[in-house]
Amino acid sequence: MTRIAIDPITRIEGHLRIEVEVQGGQVTDAWSSGTMFRGIEMILRNRDPRDAWVFAQRICGVCTTVHALASVRSVENALGITIPDNARLIRNLIAGSQLVQDHVIHFYHLHALDWVDITLALKADPGATSTLAQSISTWPKSSRTYFKGVQDRLQAFVNTGQLGLFANGYWGHPAYKLPPEANLLGVAHYLEALDWQRDFIRIHAVLGGKNPHPQSYLVGGMATALNLDNEATVNADRLSLLTQLFQRGQDFVAQVYLPDVLAIASFYKDWAGHGAGLGNYMAYGDYASDVQNVPDTFFFPGGLILGKDLSHIQPIDQQQVAEYPRDTQRVSEKGENA
Amino acid sequence: MDLDHQEEVLKDGVWAALERRNISRRDFLRFCSVMTGALALPSRYTTQIVKALEQTKRPALVWLEFQDCAGNSESALRAGHPSFADIVLDLLSWNYHETVMAPSGKAAEKSLHDTVTMERGNYIAVIEGSIPLAENGVYCTIGGRSAIDIAQEVCTNAYATIAVGTCASFGGIPAAAGGVTGAVGVSQAIPGLRLINLSACPMNGANLAATLVHYLTFKELPATDNLGRPLFAHGDRIHNDCPRRAHYDAGQFVQEWGDEGHRQGWCLYKMGCKGPATDYNCPRIQWNDGTNWPIGVGHGCVGCAQPGFWDTMTPFYQALPNVGGFGVEATAEEIGLGVIGAVAALTTVHAVGSVVRNQRAKKREGDLSRTRAEPPQAPNLAATNEATWKWPNEAEEE
Repeated sequence: MTRIAIDPITRIEGHLRIEVEVQGGQVTDAWSSGTMFRGIEMILRNRDPRDAWVFAQRICGVCTTVHALASVRSVENALGITIPDNARLIRNLIAGSQLVQDHVIHFYHLHALDWVDITLALKADPGATSTLAQSISTWPKSSRTYFKGVQDRLQAFVNTGQLGLFANGYWGHPAYKLPPEANLLGVAHYLEALDWQRDFIRIHAVLGGKNPHPQSYLVGGMATALNLDNEATVNADRLSLLTQLFQRGQDFVAQVYLPDVLAIASFYKDWAGHGAGLGNYMAYGDYASDVQNVPDTFFFPGGLILGKDLSHIQPIDQQQVAEYPRDTQRVSEKGENA
Repeated sequence: MDLDHQEEVLKDGVWAALERRNISRRDFLRFCSVMTGALALPSRYTTQIVKALEQTKRPALVWLEFQDCAGNSESALRAGHPSFADIVLDLLSWNYHETVMAPSGKAAEKSLHDTVTMERGNYIAVIEGSIPLAENGVYCTIGGRSAIDIAQEVCTNAYATIAVGTCASFGGIPAAAGGVTGAVGVSQAIPGLRLINLSACPMNGANLAATLVHYLTFKELPATDNLGRPLFAHGDRIHNDCPRRAHYDAGQFVQEWGDEGHRQGWCLYKMGCKGPATDYNCPRIQWNDGTNWPIGVGHGCVGCAQPGFWDTMTPFYQALPNVGGFGVEATAEEIGLGVIGAVAALTTVHAVGSVVRNQRAKKREGDLSRTRAEPPQAPNLAATNEATWKWPNEAEEE
């Protein structure tokens, strides 16, 4: 029996350690541990509840904004505050654009290197990549010349012998299933998505002042000042920028992200059987169409699925949510593990 | 910009090198002039920035994350000129960065180890997140080693260290009142480093890009203030550069969220804006490719570039005391004094409040967690090594 520890797990937010026990080539047991603690819950105690969202937002800078939103909502819920309808719309736009941007970043910049072998992209025929790209999407950046340019840039990078973030990767491992032309497509869109995410999330700057960690929440509403005729507020010009940003976001998702997900998934169909867990799933849902933030009005409805029974979605009973700190790593006052 | 001279430099072979990197000439010229502007350098330095790219070997950089939220990593991804792709592919050898690097576990550790041993004294160490010193560093471990243990090795062997964000610079949120992890910034954890603090929560990716280009161009870090922050980013008070400053001087204040003043873009001072006590280039460079900034959207500054802002600048919606009374005629010195007084007053008020709260909390539930840990001390290196915390059932990875 062998015990393997993988620490750090990279391309996630946070500090994660995975230990697995392997017997006869099979994983027989596994443990996961978060190895960093800040104590934001303790730091928040006894503070002004109007300030709480600024603290809570710092739980995560990758999925920024969502913890701030949860925090203002919980204070509003406790105090019975109803927010203005414009505040609801702005919150939905901020949260919705976060969801879209996070999906794209997660796919290309966090997860893709588990599927895309960048070294194989060097062996691709740019013409074949162009044919592949045009067969799955109408995205205009799909010529042979374009992919040749990406390949040349990658080759120049590799020729320096300094592989940086890509050094010591698992390149050439048989678990990589993509043909060379799909790998080149993946590399090209990894780079395009780096530019896209920077552009798209300007939505947060328009409505929240900045990203990461937008700064326009208020308990009771949003500080985002709307006045079509004023230079210093969200005005007609800003709304027009928002429209463009949403349009560009939608184009990229429809013409690059989704076709890539489907194309890459077609080479990794066996992965669909991984990670089902116990088959119990919960999603709270979001994007209220009513200022009361009632689950019934959510654009993305929530619900509970038990035992993989997709035909029967049960309502969530918040009272049943509990914390089980049994397996928390505890440290005695002397600093010894207890 | 001295275009003729630049033309000559380009003919000297720099251009060939850049073409190999597939950077278009237009992009490159734009990048160099934007950088010259960001660093507030005279335009003749554009040529020097051009030259800096001539080198064939890219300087190495490692980015370590400790008690962080990865917000500064994300902010680096938002840098526009140069972009993150330009930085990691063309300007630097970005060898270790957990949020974006390909390898995990031992393979990742090899990337770090190789840089520290083979580039000793020549690489840049970037630190994101605070370093917890309580309980022998148990509150943040990577690969079974404590953050302080890793930071000692990596920072002391680097050419220079860049602390990104207020957590790495000054302790930040984990060091706020109520925290128990003994969190400190890099300068307190490891005194004596060649260090620059890019504070703010998160730091603006544009300032990181400018700092890196400064290093590449001049082979040294930019000049700093007494808190170790670069003057180009922290040399001016937000209040002095604020586009809404005229409203302050004219006594035009937002009195209530959503009132007429709020809709007219008036001064947010009375809504708790901490711009009068915060040094940052937010109003000038703004965020996300210069799209906007918090005051621009209608919310006050929370003072995130200042040390201890989680305690000294809260409650966020309470107006700073003792700032009023100076207008355009007041001298910079007087303004500075007023602000120091205001911050000191806030610190005192908060300290008193904390004590009262602590006593109440203790009475209520005898809760040890509210008691602030002992003021963190930089650990004795030998003692730390001896007592390096081990994960239970520590096993070697294959």
